[in-house]
Amino acid sequence: MRSLRPYSPAVLGAAALALLTGCLGSSESGSGDQDANRNADATKVELTIGSNSVKGGKNSAGATFVQDVLIPKFVAEQKGKGVDVTVRFQGDGSDDEVYKQKLSLDLSNKSGPDLFNIDGIWVGEFAQAGYIKPLTDTVGDAAKVDDWDGWKQIPEAVQQLGSFEGKRYGVPGGTDGRVLYFNKKLFQQAGLPADWQPKSWDEIIAAGEALKKLPGVTPIQLNAGTAMGEATTMQGVLPLLVGTGTGINPDGKWLGDTPKLRQVLDFYRKIYTTGLGDPVLQREAKGRDKSFAQFAANKIGILLEGDYFWRSVVEPKEGVAKMADRDTAVGYALVPAALPGAGVDGQDFVSMSGGGATAINPNTKFPQQAWELLQFMNSAEMVKASLDGAAKITQRNDVNAEVLAGDPMLNFVATRVLPITQYRPGLAEYPKISAALQQATADVVGGKTTEAAAMAYQKAVEAAAGGKDKVAGN
Amino acid sequence: MTSASAPVPVEPVQDRGPAGPGGSAGPGPERRGPAVDVAGLGVGRALGFVAPALLLIGAFLVFPAIWTIYIGITNYRLTGVEAVAPSIVGLSNYTKALDDALFHNALWLTLLFVLGSAIIGQNILGFTLAWVMRRTRPAVRRTVEAFVLLAWILPSTVVAYLWVAFFDRDGGTLNGILGTPGTAWLIDYPMACLVIFNTWRGTAFSMMLYSSALQAVPPSQLESARMVGASGWQTLRDVVFPHIRGHVLTNTLLISLWTANDFSPFLLTKGGPNHESETVPVYIYNVALQGGELGYSSAISFLLLIANLLVSLIYLRLLRRRS
Repeated sequence: MRSLRPYSPAVLGAAALALLTGCLGSSESGSGDQDANRNADATKVELTIGSNSVKGGKNSAGATFVQDVLIPKFVAEQKGKGVDVTVRFQGDGSDDEVYKQKLSLDLSNKSGPDLFNIDGIWVGEFAQAGYIKPLTDTVGDAAKVDDWDGWKQIPEAVQQLGSFEGKRYGVPGGTDGRVLYFNKKLFQQAGLPADWQPKSWDEIIAAGEALKKLPGVTPIQLNAGTAMGEATTMQGVLPLLVGTGTGINPDGKWLGDTPKLRQVLDFYRKIYTTGLGDPVLQREAKGRDKSFAQFAANKIGILLEGDYFWRSVVEPKEGVAKMADRDTAVGYALVPAALPGAGVDGQDFVSMSGGGATAINPNTKFPQQAWELLQFMNSAEMVKASLDGAAKITQRNDVNAEVLAGDPMLNFVATRVLPITQYRPGLAEYPKISAALQQATADVVGGKTTEAAAMAYQKAVEAAAGGKDKVAGN
Repeated sequence: MTSASAPVPVEPVQDRGPAGPGGSAGPGPERRGPAVDVAGLGVGRALGFVAPALLLIGAFLVFPAIWTIYIGITNYRLTGVEAVAPSIVGLSNYTKALDDALFHNALWLTLLFVLGSAIIGQNILGFTLAWVMRRTRPAVRRTVEAFVLLAWILPSTVVAYLWVAFFDRDGGTLNGILGTPGTAWLIDYPMACLVIFNTWRGTAFSMMLYSSALQAVPPSQLESARMVGASGWQTLRDVVFPHIRGHVLTNTLLISLWTANDFSPFLLTKGGPNHESETVPVYIYNVALQGGELGYSSAISFLLLIANLLVSLIYLRLLRRRS
């Protein structure tokens, strides 16, 4: 490719930037002055749903539901009203960061799907960029949005996943909780109990030491490094951090280089310098996927993950790393605080939760119809249908009450984990702070000292937060 | 013609004219007058002929370059407040780059990458292939050329996939060949892997260029060299090289620029692990899209553009000096 394409430096600049930017600061043509009722009476409607899921790949079940159930049902329902709707599914099967980049580029050029899924932590920066607008603005009629009966079924904490500065930007799609998964077969070989529940970090290390004696087994997988992106923050740093008794944004200031941060980094260091974890895996471009495959192949003893792991990764039929004997071979335990009672709010056990939301593109041609589809998508009937017999913690209380009883693991998350969980702050700076945390773990796993990593982190956070006064340091 | 085959070429070190203090090594003393209208077109029609080309260059080269400079002095971001209302921040992106350890790292890695894979790797391998192939049977030569060319013309994504499979830690081909299961080549030796990859990838161009250059070496001189008992190395140094010096220069310049601007390392390592293979183009991409800092990445793009221009200028000077 190299010499076939004239790689002049100016072309490099052109490709990288002219494409991305369109026109700088073109806020005046936003949807603020667009008519929210445009095309409200159209009889021929076209809508696109964008999501980071694809049949047979990432979040396969979600993509299958949208394509095979949701779209046909919505089309049929609209046909009854005399409206000819065509709904297209724009699936994606990439890393969340890549999906986010693609979506931001689309939205910055005023294109992109009419409805799309976003992670709750992107809502702030997308809203600030004008890529999404409050639902009441897009739909135009506040009452129409606020009177939707679905809101009553969605708990306040979950609604926050689609909100920013007190305004609703999208309808959340359920939440999750984090636990420690462990391989019962390996535990048995190592002489560890099948109902393992560590009460401190030391007990995790102790179990790791026992597992280390098994040949070919990596005792602990604790996500680290930048290659895993948000998975490092969410399934690594933050659950540990709340286990030391603090959050990422205590008292309105971002966490800096504090003893508690160093405590977390020390724990990483302990795992990755004493052979309890595999440092190389954390540095690989596809490390997270590989860690899943290794767990499914009985090569990883303990792994910290969300309930997504249970539902979509080691799930026996449709998972990306299927385990036929999941129900008997995979155990799960609450994530302990560093010491009993040392967790945030004095808790013995901790967790972190997140989730996504579906938002409407402010530049959609059919805002009213998009809102109808969004409501339809989140109706009790459709949410239930999306589960297709499997369980998942949905956004709706009424559905949860019905389905969770059938799956002991998800019932465990709903009844034991969600009451003690924490959410990430819905602030626009969060992704940058998160990236700094990932870098700090990458430094430690790469061999730097805790002090050096923590000091570099402090610098990065000050830059990301926009000033020293916004960081709670030493 | 015989002067070129003198055993020890006298180095024209001192013919730079009067070396006045502070005086620049300016162009030679010969004066070039203004171009005469040889074709008799007249200015208007001449402009008419070049206008389409100038328009294309303006639209696809000059404008984007200026646009890059413009974005480079703003704090424009992919998301957040600065995506809607970027403000002019002057030269602070550039001062930031001077102080940015990761940018320095990227520059250093780019230098290693260019030196290892282009200036040394592709040049030497390409020349060696051309030199060896010169006297082999046509069938062998064509087969070898076809394989080398194949490496060059396959799409990057396909090639990257093959090389990832080759270097992979779990069941990779290289580990299979060497009997070193579990060695993560792309993690433990990312730059070495990229240098080998890019040497393999781009050698075809050097090989072809040198093949045709070697045909310009008069066989009679090679024959004479053999008659007087010159060794292979002496023949190369004193007979062949003086004839192809210009080609070496051209080739080195082109492959250096391509390599410095090459994005395919991203497909193998994404710049990782932990920035250990993050060359400047990859760094620009990561800053722009991963970090969302479009303003800063534009500033770095512009610096890369300047660096490219400088290298080209040096090359042009060298070429002119030679002639």
